[in-house]
Amino acid sequence: MDLLKNIADSLQRGDDKKTAELTSRAIDESLSPKTILDDGLIAGMTVIGRKFKAHEIFLPDVLLAAKAMYAGLDLLKPLLLKEKVPTVGKVVIGTVQGDMHDIGKNLVGIMLKGAGFEIIDLGHNVPPEKFIDTALESEASVIGMSALLTTTMPNMKKVIDILKERGLNDKIKTIIGGAPVSDDFAAEIGADAYAFDGINSIDKIKKLLGLD
Amino acid sequence: MKKILEFDIEDLIPAPENVLRSQGIPPGAEIPEKISELADLALELFAELCEPAGLIGDLSVSQFREIYSGEGRNEILTPVAKIFPLADHLALFAMTVGEPVGERIAELFDTNEFALASMLDTTASEATELAGIYSEQAYLEDLITAGDVSPESFIMRYSPGYCGWHISGQRKLFEYLEPENIGISLTNSYMMRPLKSISGVMLVGPANIHKFDITYPFCDQCIDKGCRARIRAMGN
Repeated sequence: MDLLKNIADSLQRGDDKKTAELTSRAIDESLSPKTILDDGLIAGMTVIGRKFKAHEIFLPDVLLAAKAMYAGLDLLKPLLLKEKVPTVGKVVIGTVQGDMHDIGKNLVGIMLKGAGFEIIDLGHNVPPEKFIDTALESEASVIGMSALLTTTMPNMKKVIDILKERGLNDKIKTIIGGAPVSDDFAAEIGADAYAFDGINSIDKIKKLLGLD
Repeated sequence: MKKILEFDIEDLIPAPENVLRSQGIPPGAEIPEKISELADLALELFAELCEPAGLIGDLSVSQFREIYSGEGRNEILTPVAKIFPLADHLALFAMTVGEPVGERIAELFDTNEFALASMLDTTASEATELAGIYSEQAYLEDLITAGDVSPESFIMRYSPGYCGWHISGQRKLFEYLEPENIGISLTNSYMMRPLKSISGVMLVGPANIHKFDITYPFCDQCIDKGCRARIRAMGN
């Protein structure tokens, strides 16, 4: 449908005002909110993700598109809630205790939301138990943790150890990231995945949840 | 002797191409107008918000040996451990571009201005590095002018958390230099506040003391490897 394609196109151009205008028009024309979301907004962000991975576009392009996505999503959200449209999945994210670096974590949250996930962002300096308590309360299936200091990385292991002690490590998956973090570290502490950037986190989480 | 540094904000404004490169846009790439405009806006915002402050403090080799030992968590072999005993002059440093930039970045994220927030964050990081470069050049020039070192001397900076010097080394560095006096504090997890701050040691001496092979185990984890270009610039 042209209107949905136009939504996807305006999103890819990073035109937040046009994306909001077209989303509003689609709502007025009684297109289902889920269709507008999947075939308009998420479709546009999927192209953005593909182009970014292919180095055809760069981070600023992705973030301008994300702003446009959010503009459309703000209009759809009450309708999606009203119709109880499920999201792709729920992810709790945060920067671990003792660490206040949050730019990377913010970018991951933005990308995941652009891919249709519901994000519960706990901010920075998050105690281990809070990640888990929030995941349980919100019925999230993934905890995403960020650290930018080698001294705070051990707090990622604390979360994973608590999940194991409580028998929750099959129910709630863990993914980690941050400049000093690596695949090797993820394996060492028993994290389910490591992501090197926001776009990569989408692929990794979809794989964890069997959505790939 | 400790010295508070004065910065001209103009000296800390990074070149737009460096900001864009740090955003992942390679040199020579075609840059859409909207992205150029974002970069310009980020630079303008940074110039408005920047509150730079810096402090350096001379110290002896033996004083730095005590500071460098930190909490005993350094790698055994490091460039700093090799170089500092041979340095003609050493100085600890700490500098920041201030808290308001970080606060604005957070506000921009909260209002969905993600691209500008990210661009401003990159600008602030580049500017913090420029503050380090400016400071080491100024320190070296002062030493040369005073006749304390030969004009053929070179200077290189090292910071805790890099090159095998454990981040916990910040603790003794802060105890000696007291950068709290210029608004830089250290958390229990050795994180500096404001976030856009740097600290470390500047080592001054002839070129031969600074050269090392980039074959330490921790070099693999280094994304930057800025030392390579600096060592090459010292010539043979």
